[in-house]
Amino acid sequence: MDFRQKRKLVEAIAFFIIRSSAVIICLALAIMLGFLFVKGYRAINWTFLTQPPMDAMTRGGIFPAIVGTFYLTLGAILVAFPLGVASAIYLNEYAIEGRMVRTIRLGINNLAGVPSVVFGLFGLGLFVVFLGFGSSILSGSLTLGFLILPVIIGASEEALKAVPQTYREASLALGGTKWQTIYRVVLPAALPGILTGSILGIGRAAGETAPIMFTAAAFYTSKLPSSIFDEVMALPYHIYVLATAGTHIEETRHLQYGTALVLIALVLGVNLVAIIMRTRMRRKQTY
Amino acid sequence: MSNKMKMATKNMTFHYGAFKALDDITLEFRENQVTALIGPSGCGKSTFLRSLNRMNDIIPAARVEGQVLLDGEDVYGPNVDVVEIRKRVGMVFQKPNPFPKTIFNDVAYGLRIKGIKNRGELQARVEASLKAAAIWDEVKDRLNESALSLSGGQQQRLCIARALAIEPEVVLMDEPASALDPIATQKIEELIRELKKSYTIIIVTHNMQQAARISNITAFFYMGRLIEVDKTETIFTKPSLKQTEDYITGRFG
Repeated sequence: MDFRQKRKLVEAIAFFIIRSSAVIICLALAIMLGFLFVKGYRAINWTFLTQPPMDAMTRGGIFPAIVGTFYLTLGAILVAFPLGVASAIYLNEYAIEGRMVRTIRLGINNLAGVPSVVFGLFGLGLFVVFLGFGSSILSGSLTLGFLILPVIIGASEEALKAVPQTYREASLALGGTKWQTIYRVVLPAALPGILTGSILGIGRAAGETAPIMFTAAAFYTSKLPSSIFDEVMALPYHIYVLATAGTHIEETRHLQYGTALVLIALVLGVNLVAIIMRTRMRRKQTY
Repeated sequence: MSNKMKMATKNMTFHYGAFKALDDITLEFRENQVTALIGPSGCGKSTFLRSLNRMNDIIPAARVEGQVLLDGEDVYGPNVDVVEIRKRVGMVFQKPNPFPKTIFNDVAYGLRIKGIKNRGELQARVEASLKAAAIWDEVKDRLNESALSLSGGQQQRLCIARALAIEPEVVLMDEPASALDPIATQKIEELIRELKKSYTIIIVTHNMQQAARISNITAFFYMGRLIEVDKTETIFTKPSLKQTEDYITGRFG
């Protein structure tokens, strides 16, 4: 085999490996979704989606858990989005690189590495007990909010960095203050990117079990929350309960898969809203 | 040179950290005149231009000594509001940098941040600025389209319109035509000749012919120093220093 043939072969092998990796990842996702669908779709019907659990959670629906997860995720975003974006603006636009900024960055990176059960215990200690919010939507949202904060900060910083410096210069040269420049030029240009990152946060907040176990989630409640100080059921915790803590684990398998399917659909639905918002914004301003 | 003095630097020295980018520059700019700053890359002319409206403030290690005067007042003085200085001393950059907004909102930007909200006034001033920048006829039917949909030359004139909208007294231009094709360049040059009737213009250019065509005064910078400044025709026909002559005739730089 001469050199040219060898080169072509190497090229072909490398390309095959790279393409296979991409295909395998998509396959893994497809298999997982397919598995969930096959196992769970029979559980899904109108009653399942609109009724509370019945007969010691062996029949009936998961409506309170859907509502609970929706509120908790929304709450987490309301906590983490403003705080995260503001931190990113500070780090990227105002702070001068130095010891202080390095320390803050280190802190944020470490926050991202903290196991979620630790967040749960932190939420229990601070929000539930010390601040007296009890096990509630408020405590759960705050805990989940802190959990996804590093994701939002990271994404926002990347998005802000991607805004061309020439935009800032143009605004400043027209007599814009730093804040006017950020608010009217930099943020609108960065928002699509910030939203993309926040989508990841949404998925994580909706799917986490450990942080809400001690701070928000009820084992069982048939009534819907009437205030942010109420306990709620939540989809991931409900799956956990059915799969490990119930007395009818085998009989409720289809309910567990059904619940997982609903959780995934909910996350995809919320993501879709963010994606549509992002696309609309991108259409209005491209660079 | 009977026009009133608008801007001046006195013994201005500029440092980036430990590096001295400009050394002891004393230069005057008169009303309704175009002053061209020429010199090889890295000679400090852009740094000089950007220190006139304090755009270098955003570079952390930058330091200015000496004076930069606008109507006799030091723009680096302790009680000076940098935002006010930049409103009076506008700037057009090398690469056209319109905002990703509509053409109208792009030009209206400077007006809005000054607090002008009245729709009629905004419309009138946007139109006047686009006319002054000689681009009104090309964009009047598409004011709500993205500014980024314009060609490079149009974008640059839009940026000039945007700078004119807030009615500056001095307009700084940093190689405004270097990213443009010859036809767009010609339009910008015609525009500059027209604009000097109302403004004091200071322009950095790498193009000798351009400096000769549009400027009244030419200042030659080399290695952070002001080598020679004189009437443009004198600089280009009989400069008093050999260094200047060598540069203009293309023997170095």
